[in-house]
Amino acid sequence: MKAFAELFDRLDRTTATNAKLAALVDYFRSTPPADAAWAVNFLTGKRLKRLVNTRELREWTALATGLPAWLIEDSYEQVGDLAETMHLLLPPGSAEAATPGLCELIEARLKPLKHLDDEARRNDVMALWRALDGSERFLFNKLLTGGFRVGVSKRLVTRALAEVAGVDSTLIAHRLMGRWQPTARSFEALIAPASEADLDSATPYPFFLASPLEGAPASLGAPEDWRAEWKWDGIRAQLIRRGGKTYIWSRGEELMAGRFPEIETASETLSDGVVLDGEILAWRDRQPLPFAVLQKRIGRKKPGPTTLARAPVAFLAYDCLEWNGEDARAAPLSERLLHLDQALSAASGLLRSAAVEFRRWGDLDAFREDSRARGVEGLMLKRLASPYRVGRTRGDWWKWKVEPYTFDGVLIYAQPGHGRRSGLYTDYTFAVRDGEQLVPVAKAYSGLTQKEIDRLDRWIRNHTRERFGPVRSVEPVQVFELAFEGIQASPRHKSGIALRFPRIHRWREDLAIGDADRLEDLKRLLETGQRSA
Amino acid sequence: MNDVLVPDAGGLYCAAGDFWIDPLRPVPRAVVTHAHADHARSGAGEYFTARDGLPVLAHRVGDGGDFRPVEYGEPFALGETRVTLFPAGHILGSATVRVESEHGTWGVSGDFKRAPDPTCALFQPFACDVWMTECTFGLPVYRWPETEQVVTEILDWWQDCIAAGRPAVLFCYALGKAQRLLAELAGRAPRPVWLHGAMLPLTDCYRAQGLGLADTVPVSAAEKGERFAGELILAPPSAAGSPWMRRFPKHSAGFVSGWMRIRGNRRRRGYDRGFVMSDHADWPDLIRTVADMRAARVITIHGNGEALAGYLNEQGIAAESWNLRASMNRSESA
Repeated sequence: MKAFAELFDRLDRTTATNAKLAALVDYFRSTPPADAAWAVNFLTGKRLKRLVNTRELREWTALATGLPAWLIEDSYEQVGDLAETMHLLLPPGSAEAATPGLCELIEARLKPLKHLDDEARRNDVMALWRALDGSERFLFNKLLTGGFRVGVSKRLVTRALAEVAGVDSTLIAHRLMGRWQPTARSFEALIAPASEADLDSATPYPFFLASPLEGAPASLGAPEDWRAEWKWDGIRAQLIRRGGKTYIWSRGEELMAGRFPEIETASETLSDGVVLDGEILAWRDRQPLPFAVLQKRIGRKKPGPTTLARAPVAFLAYDCLEWNGEDARAAPLSERLLHLDQALSAASGLLRSAAVEFRRWGDLDAFREDSRARGVEGLMLKRLASPYRVGRTRGDWWKWKVEPYTFDGVLIYAQPGHGRRSGLYTDYTFAVRDGEQLVPVAKAYSGLTQKEIDRLDRWIRNHTRERFGPVRSVEPVQVFELAFEGIQASPRHKSGIALRFPRIHRWREDLAIGDADRLEDLKRLLETGQRSA
Repeated sequence: MNDVLVPDAGGLYCAAGDFWIDPLRPVPRAVVTHAHADHARSGAGEYFTARDGLPVLAHRVGDGGDFRPVEYGEPFALGETRVTLFPAGHILGSATVRVESEHGTWGVSGDFKRAPDPTCALFQPFACDVWMTECTFGLPVYRWPETEQVVTEILDWWQDCIAAGRPAVLFCYALGKAQRLLAELAGRAPRPVWLHGAMLPLTDCYRAQGLGLADTVPVSAAEKGERFAGELILAPPSAAGSPWMRRFPKHSAGFVSGWMRIRGNRRRRGYDRGFVMSDHADWPDLIRTVADMRAARVITIHGNGEALAGYLNEQGIAAESWNLRASMNRSESA
């Protein structure tokens, strides 16, 4: 744990990528594989299942500090992170004691908590609170509460591991995909030299991610070098057919076995040694259904016949990453599309994402403007000569999304944020006018600069009307332009509508509350902007 | 019993003595606890202040004021009250105020801390009926490490920067914290410390009063093209993000403040390092001081004091929270 805490401190104390890389390399070289495996696990964003609930943690903090519960809440409101709040409140630990390694802490101390009764769990956690101090105790609390962010990207961790292993970072990324487990053996395999044996048949390839295109596509060069496709509004997936078995992976590297039986059935008609990249969509009568329909399937691990009938799905393939058991990612897109045709010609029930034909860049404008009516998010532009790359590498894949909807809303509630925004009012609720009233329609967290956040925070503190726990209602004065991607009817919301991905576009200090949009303006979009489900 | 002190447009007003403590508007007679801008303003008819604090106060509010320096612990009469200043341990010449009147004895803090500071006299408690305490860090998450530990962290960080050939830019308040750091670094700094222009006159004030500070050089005296590799530079927080910072290529940035106890405060300002050292009392010292003042009633001022007042009430001490700024705004609009 000490070594991991030192790594955390080194990463936390710099914003320079090279310094972070050096810290990671030093750590992976010098740490026992069992500990390093767990570090990889956390640094790449995976977390432990929650072992203790936060109510218990708050109670135990009260017990260990002798502070009243309300004062712990007040402190949490200011700090904005429960793990840190507990660490700051607890009395200093005996930092002298030898502390367990990361793996031992997790396997021997944390995981067994699950099987203990309440009192034994409390005693164990409080004993560790007494034994640990500084960053070690803070990190221990982070593990307890599940959440973990250190300001290193998965890509940086991959680069560090590649340097330690002396292999290409794309191979590390590949080895980390799928069912990678944090054990000493997996870590050793992770940093081993390249070999035939190190991949099992379920392992997916790392996804290639598109970057948003700012401005017009004319800057991309000759149109004949590019392929345009619709940007589907579904969930990205990789479909693997190897050894007579099908594996469907989400972009979040979750194996989605059993969730989409219609796709699994269709995949049985694929030949062996084929891996396809594509999108899962709710689909009926040759066209996509709204994302809201797909949402009915996303959480279902074993959909029943009613769900299957109400929300049918399809897999739209747009790339072929493996053909005849050979990794095809280095081949140009134009060649991979031929493999895709071959793969799908023998199969039935799997769809192909067709090209949007164009000769001049200008031809695409009309298609893009038509996106909403077609139920897509815009266009994808892919360079025909490009290989299938790893992660968000700019240059070859662009997403050219349709302009978002916007409206002007009034700030009515604010709540303190977390992490970097702790103690600042950064979580906002916006309303639109409905007759004489204001009806909340959206919560938004992002879109303002740090300067604007600071200024708005001061304004909120000085114009608070009422406080409900951490939430403040403010004088309805400030108007903001908000953007959002979609709208649907929602009986669960007072306004009757739910907006998708709302965020702040601009602070409209030139507008007064009377200039804000009305609920009926938004509801009109329900009819015009959205096809019926 | 009438309140000896009440908030009004000027600040805290004492009718029995006809004076204001730390007024923010021009008033005939002011008792000033210390020279920070949220406590000392120009335009008062008379300024009563601790003798040690006079040079800095005069620098801040202008030499033209009618200054009445007084010694710590020596009572003087104002109207129908007897007033005494005691060391507050906040910055050089900072004071707490004892007001004795027929309505009881009130103690008023400007800002204070209990930790030793080589640039000012140690806080001195005194008995009072009502204790008005600052409450800048009024939550139990605020607990300061030993000064020595933090000074060692700063020196280690400086050494790391020397080894890496990078400038070490340390942000801190220009009055008080900067000089306290220079005093702590005296005899331990491996080379002279560079100072931002805003810190020069105040540091001179401290030196003129005989305090031993580490050697300093103004940044403005640097040769053109100086890259400050391995140099320590002190600058006020307002300089962060300004074009002035371009003089320190590849610098590592630190901030010395009690606010650095909370990770999010450091991260959103983009400092590489946060050093937890404050000139205000932490939570345990706020509580300890309430006990030391032996007051039956506590009023929190300067800061969000609701939590401290609530906690003291639960401990059986009558406590309330006054929002002086709101009182001033109210009287302003009235």
